[in-house]
Amino acid sequence: MTTQTTPAPPVPATQTSRERAGRLFQQHGALLVLAVLLVAGTVAFDSFTTPANLGNIATASSFLAIIAIGMTFVIISGGIDLSVGSLFVLGGVLAAYGSRYGAAVALALPLVVCGAFGLVQGLIIARTRMAPFIVTLAGLLAARGLMLSLTDEGATTYLVEDDLFARIGQGGVFDVGYPFFVMLLVLAVAAVFLQRTGFGQNVYAIGGNEDAAALMGVPVARTKVVVYLVSGLLAGLAGALNAARLSSGVTILGIGLELDVIAAVVIGGTLLTGGAGTLGGTIAGALLLGVIQNLINQVGGLTSSFQQVVSGAFLAVVVVTHRVLGRVREDT
Amino acid sequence: MSGSPVPGGPVLEADGALKVFPGVTALDRISFALGQGEVHALVGENGAGKSTLIKVLTGVYRLDAGEIRYRGERVEFASPLEAQRAGISTIYQEVNLVPQMSVARNLFLGREPRSRFGLIDFAGMRERASEILRGYGVRSDVRRPLGSLGLGAQQMVALARAVQADARVVIMDEPTSSLEPREVDKLFRTIAELKEQGRSVVYVSHRMEELYRLCDRVTVLRDGRVVHTGPLAELERLRLISLMLGRNLAEVAAEGLTKFGGRHHSHAAPVLRATGLSRRHVLDGVSLAVRPGEIVGLGGLLGSGRSETAKAIAGALPLDSGEVAVAEKPVPGGSVAAAIRAGINLLPEDRKAEGIIPTLSVRENIVLAALPRLSRAGIVSEGDVDRVVETFMRRLRIKAAGPGQRVAELSGGNQQKVLLARWMAMNPKVLLLDEPTRGIDVGAKAEVQTLIDELAKEGLAVLLISSDLEELVEGSDRVVVLRDGAVVGELSGAEVTEEKIMAAIAGENDD
Ligand SMILES: Nc1ncnc2c1ncn2[C@@H]1O[C@H](COP(=O)(O)OP(=O)(O)O)[C@@H](O)[C@H]1O
Ligand SMILES: [Mg+2]
Repeated sequence: MTTQTTPAPPVPATQTSRERAGRLFQQHGALLVLAVLLVAGTVAFDSFTTPANLGNIATASSFLAIIAIGMTFVIISGGIDLSVGSLFVLGGVLAAYGSRYGAAVALALPLVVCGAFGLVQGLIIARTRMAPFIVTLAGLLAARGLMLSLTDEGATTYLVEDDLFARIGQGGVFDVGYPFFVMLLVLAVAAVFLQRTGFGQNVYAIGGNEDAAALMGVPVARTKVVVYLVSGLLAGLAGALNAARLSSGVTILGIGLELDVIAAVVIGGTLLTGGAGTLGGTIAGALLLGVIQNLINQVGGLTSSFQQVVSGAFLAVVVVTHRVLGRVREDT
Repeated sequence: MSGSPVPGGPVLEADGALKVFPGVTALDRISFALGQGEVHALVGENGAGKSTLIKVLTGVYRLDAGEIRYRGERVEFASPLEAQRAGISTIYQEVNLVPQMSVARNLFLGREPRSRFGLIDFAGMRERASEILRGYGVRSDVRRPLGSLGLGAQQMVALARAVQADARVVIMDEPTSSLEPREVDKLFRTIAELKEQGRSVVYVSHRMEELYRLCDRVTVLRDGRVVHTGPLAELERLRLISLMLGRNLAEVAAEGLTKFGGRHHSHAAPVLRATGLSRRHVLDGVSLAVRPGEIVGLGGLLGSGRSETAKAIAGALPLDSGEVAVAEKPVPGGSVAAAIRAGINLLPEDRKAEGIIPTLSVRENIVLAALPRLSRAGIVSEGDVDRVVETFMRRLRIKAAGPGQRVAELSGGNQQKVLLARWMAMNPKVLLLDEPTRGIDVGAKAEVQTLIDELAKEGLAVLLISSDLEELVEGSDRVVVLRDGAVVGELSGAEVTEEKIMAAIAGENDD
């Protein structure tokens, strides 16, 4: 074949505006809806845009947001972590129990135990290549069992006995509680790791195509272990902060929390299939759930179960939108 | 085995390498030696064990027996990462890269440029990626997801990634199968540069011209054994083919290089008629007609709209305007199911992504689409299914342990035949074949070509897309040439020659 006579074919030079719009919506859709709801809330309720109320939303959302940060790593890597709800509760109980030995123990104990849970789950997933769904479901049950045995089947509630530790959960700057600032700190560190380090690139790569990533030399097993370790640690941290805020290790809050966390991550634009997503979106997703809950409370007369109906409907809209946008991009 | 000396001393060797998969001995105690600064061709039919050899050399698979030596020392790479760190870089046959990630990230994954504090310097990374890729003729925005590029451009990114300064050995498993001529040229220049720098290359390809142009020595594999190794220039082309096929020379000579018979003449009314197929930026008023018993070729470069035309006819690409009719009856657009009902079947280009379901068995893959036809009142007749599967496995000479074997375990050529069998089981009227012989070996290629010929003789209307000009010319009764999504020429009878097609592609008769 002579190759000299063939002209260069047209090369698509840049992204089309439609592609870009699709990506923008996927990445910032949650933020957009959040802004709309904030405006709507301001217009509808006088008591909504008060510093006290907004501070309350921010603080109340930070626990979910902290766990969701870890979950974002997990989902981008192509996995799922169902154990975080149970680890959150276990973390809270351990923190309250540990507080009798001082603030340091109250903080360290849940981190060590929940981190160990995450580590073991990660090792099992990475080594045996078992489905994360199953492994973390087992983790969910094991963590719940451990929590129940520590609390005599929920009969014993440990109270936080260290004032310093309690202040981490209850204090704040103006109307915004410290947990929100802890969340911001976690977010900043996590964002640097996810976006600006080789580890972060590896997380995206194994979520995008695990086999190809392995052939490209990505340490797949190690990356997965770290991802589940981080998720466990952050669930424990959120549990500890929550215990500090409530002054006790409450055993029933947080059951089923893993589903809210996953919802926040997906609403924030992270694809459940892995390989794509942002932490900014996740935080917007978590705040969005918080705002929805708050607005429903403002309406009054509606039970908090109704919040789940709204969040659920919203999640469905987001997933369908992803699908449609995904198709647009494949077509063009 | 002929024990020719390894030039420049061996860099990478396999000695007595044994690799057994359930039911298959993929490598049967073979020895292989790659010399310093040589380009070494690794050839063999599909399923001969080439990819497996590459994978045991680079730490993807562990050997069951034997050893690997690298630079004189015994090595046991536990992962591709270790092999890469040691300086062996590989373009594997299957997907190499991560489609969702940007082009730049794919290029630099694992060795991103760092700024202060050891963080990734994205601006610098994008700049360097654009610069490097321009050298490979890839001019897309490097922030685009890799998957949005054409297969050829993706392959060039894989090449750019593999050819790193620290790579002593570069292994390429069928790198040209989705490249267009311009990209192939670049690949060859890159290989020549590697050789000049004293680096070694293992090159797997089915294309004879390429092998003779590029390679110093050759190792021929057949059924997991080495049947020949030595300098390539001393080996005649026909002899090489006969070594690969295990057939004798006279047989190969008598049958020629492609397996298409004479032309089919048909004066019947066209069974497939496509009129004015248009889609913004993709297709621009493409019209064509295919008579029963006729093979119509679609010529053009990658990206000229050939695959898109086939997809549009098969209802897999929504159109802005245009009409498809089978036997003068319009087919509702944009629906694959409607097209199949009308008798139109498409063998897609990317069989891994669009056709084969690798986790299912050969049997299930074959009857997948035909199930409604093989069932009465919703109940599938196992006996009928067995009969259909057996007929097609025999007729298409599908090499598998049995109908129950998973398709993922078959070689590329056999996967392609399974797909063909699937559509033939549907009794189609129109068959659209998008690169039916790409990436499959000489033997399987000849068989597929014979089969296409037989199908046309039986009265099927065939639309054939092929980047292999020889195949297009010998196979087609007429050729419709596309450029930038529009028909720029139609050749029939004696006009169907490689020169005329290339002239039409190049637009030489425009001015
Ligand atoms: N992962 C696997 N599991 C089972 N069988 C395999 C696997 N990979 C390859 N094989 C089998 O090993 C043989 C050699 O395959 P391969 O090395 O891919 O051949 P080639 O690259 O020469 O076409 C074939 O029979 C193939 O079916
Ligand atoms: Mg192969």
